[in-house]
Amino acid sequence: MEHSSDEYYVPDQSIWPIVGAIAMFLMLGGTGSALIDLQNSEHISLSSSIIMYSGMAILIFMLFGWFGNVIEESRRGAYSAQVDISFRYGMTWFIFSEVMFFLAFFGVLYYARTFSVPWLGGEGDKGISHMLWPDFVATWPLLTPPNPELFMPIKEVIDPWHLPLINTILLVTSSFTVTFAHHALRHGERAKIKIWLAITLVFGIIFLGLQAEEYIEAYQQLDLTLNSGIYGATFFLLTGFHGLHVTIGSIILFILLIRVIKGHFTPDNHFGFEAGSWYWHFVDVVWLLLFVVVYVF
Amino acid sequence: MSEQTLTLDDHEHHEHGPAKGLLRWVFTTNHKDIGTLYLIFSLTMFFIGGMMAMVIRAELFQPGLQLVEPGFFNQMTTMHGLIMVFGAVMPGFVGLANWQIPLMVGAPDMALPRMNNWSFWILPFAFTMLLSTLFMDGGAPDFGWTFYAPLSTTYAPPSVTFFIFAIHMMGISSIMGAMNIIVTLFNMRAPGMSLMQMPMFAWSWLITAFLLVAVMPVLAAVVTMMLMDIHFATSFFSAAGGGDPVLFQHIFWFFGHPEVYIMILPAFGVVSQILPTFSRKPLFGYHSMVYALIAIAILSFVVWAHHMFTVGMPIGGQLFFMYSTMLIAVPTGVKIFNWVATMFKGSLSFETPMLFAVAFVVLFTIGGFSGIMLAIAPIDFQYQDTYFVVAHFHYVLVPGAVFGIVAGVYYWLPKWCGKMYDESLGKTHFWLSFIGLNLTFFPMHFVGLAGMPRRIPDYSLQFADFNMMASMGAFLFGASQLVFVYLVIKAIRSGEKAAQVPWESAEGLEWTLPTPLPYHTFTTPPVFESKL
Repeated sequence: MEHSSDEYYVPDQSIWPIVGAIAMFLMLGGTGSALIDLQNSEHISLSSSIIMYSGMAILIFMLFGWFGNVIEESRRGAYSAQVDISFRYGMTWFIFSEVMFFLAFFGVLYYARTFSVPWLGGEGDKGISHMLWPDFVATWPLLTPPNPELFMPIKEVIDPWHLPLINTILLVTSSFTVTFAHHALRHGERAKIKIWLAITLVFGIIFLGLQAEEYIEAYQQLDLTLNSGIYGATFFLLTGFHGLHVTIGSIILFILLIRVIKGHFTPDNHFGFEAGSWYWHFVDVVWLLLFVVVYVF
Repeated sequence: MSEQTLTLDDHEHHEHGPAKGLLRWVFTTNHKDIGTLYLIFSLTMFFIGGMMAMVIRAELFQPGLQLVEPGFFNQMTTMHGLIMVFGAVMPGFVGLANWQIPLMVGAPDMALPRMNNWSFWILPFAFTMLLSTLFMDGGAPDFGWTFYAPLSTTYAPPSVTFFIFAIHMMGISSIMGAMNIIVTLFNMRAPGMSLMQMPMFAWSWLITAFLLVAVMPVLAAVVTMMLMDIHFATSFFSAAGGGDPVLFQHIFWFFGHPEVYIMILPAFGVVSQILPTFSRKPLFGYHSMVYALIAIAILSFVVWAHHMFTVGMPIGGQLFFMYSTMLIAVPTGVKIFNWVATMFKGSLSFETPMLFAVAFVVLFTIGGFSGIMLAIAPIDFQYQDTYFVVAHFHYVLVPGAVFGIVAGVYYWLPKWCGKMYDESLGKTHFWLSFIGLNLTFFPMHFVGLAGMPRRIPDYSLQFADFNMMASMGAFLFGASQLVFVYLVIKAIRSGEKAAQVPWESAEGLEWTLPTPLPYHTFTTPPVFESKL
């Protein structure tokens, strides 16, 4: 690893954090007032959308500027081996925090299946709650919620051995292809990196397309919606947040591909690439767990 | 001024001081600047949250409804809790961490300085959003700082949406701040300093940061589900759809219980630095202190439902959570006995930091004891939602967390600004605070045991005397914090020059640095020699 300085690199002042904080404030504040608009009337007011979209635009501007600084400093050789370790630890703990975020949602699914739904059906320690809706029958997948007037029944759930299986194969394969790209990078085989990375990216995009198709099918044919009780809620929250992470991962892969084409990475110095691939593997592992507990069982 | 102009050959760069102008504070990547920002922010929030406490105590000064509407009273209790937890205590400790961790482990700065700036600057925006809810239609959040569903979903004011996003921003800030501390402690220690040679303050923050990274995402998840229930017709916390309002409480307290240790462990660290200095003895049982911290952190993940004994839980669950909670008394007891043993036969002197630290040990122990009482499930049925609970958590938070921060500020202020504070003013601040807080919170034990419910703006006549005492104590405590502000300003403006080591027998890398501190310290790592 090339490092031209023995001192730990402490960057000079930076404009990007405050830009990021303003962006976050506008984006979330705008989203909040847009949601309240929708609660009061059917449409989002112009001011809410202006605030929300300008927040998003500033956030994107900030990401380009901030990462641009980091890339420039890295290519200039400002980062010693110790800085590199800081980035590695930082990314590791970031992924750990993401794991905890998903763990909460998996916990909700577990709780609904093991406790709340059986209790409402009259089983277990708090089976007395059956008296709330005496006609309710506890099943999983929960097709008919306790109060079918408030929460709409589902016709059928997604068949795991159709689109979800294809998606599983896609994501698992893409975890391998991104690793092949990493191997190629370590051996300096630029043509191979580009091919494997592009294949990974294509798999990610196909995954997202199929996921969108599955959502359309759920809404239009199966009556499986956010409003269909705890099954629909957990289904869409888990797959939705996973899908969001695949989207972010795909954007990361796309940026990495551009950087590979520009020749940013060297066989010894490519932490940006590794961080992206760690993230991709994380998304893959979440999917495997999700496939098993959301779709199959 | 924002652009990176430095080139690597420009070694002179590292010598220069802070940039000119006020924008320096906005763009800074310096851990000392960011630490100062955090501490000022924390103090500001402490006063805003404190004013809300004054409203609460003024209303409760006499029985009957006098000053505010009950709805507004609910907003005050809610916002007071949220602001003190997320705005005053947590940023206060992060401020201490920012200042002290690089100095104590011999690092040139925090490991990820730009992210450090971002962690801070998210907070003013998050709290602007949270405080703005006070002026919205329907008022601010009024469902208590624990925001239990369905009070916070079905029956919440519209401003709950902004509350949710404000919590998201605070969570992002805390996670990044915590990651930075973990990375700094793992990667930036001076050569020769092993983990088991780190100062106790650094250890306490390492464990705290781990808890933060583990549970803040869970908080983000629970508010996200609230948002879905409110705006997207899901049924996470509605039994009508197969969800469960109690599920909210489980997830909330899975975050919330580690959170209370997040607010106290760094104070343990501060006290573990101060007691040895003013006892002129090394800390008793360093290793057991570290293991106790780790044990408390691990146990904090398996005790959450002790906050929920009365919601209806299988007897097996109640027993498990009761015993696991009481188990925490063991490592906590280890720490308290070690602090006492540190002072035992020491050559004690009682400068202001020591006064706060000793008061911490005594008063935190009272809060710990009432905690053990609350941990006993059958007894908790009597105490649940009474002022006894309020007394308990204020005893661990005010003379615990707040005294921890204040003690740390007194202890390190001479190093930070190069000036001594006025010792007699410091002692005045301590004694007024000490009397004020005990007058406020001690009577709450009695009215709580006698059955006065919390979060209600009125009470039965028999509680009148104790409540009047508590209110007078609160006004005294609130007013005496102005002494602290005056003292800090006076020290910075016209304090006497501080010696390099202002405290006899203070140990640690931070005291090897010159006073006043240069803007950049330890640009080349110091050589650390262990005394263990």
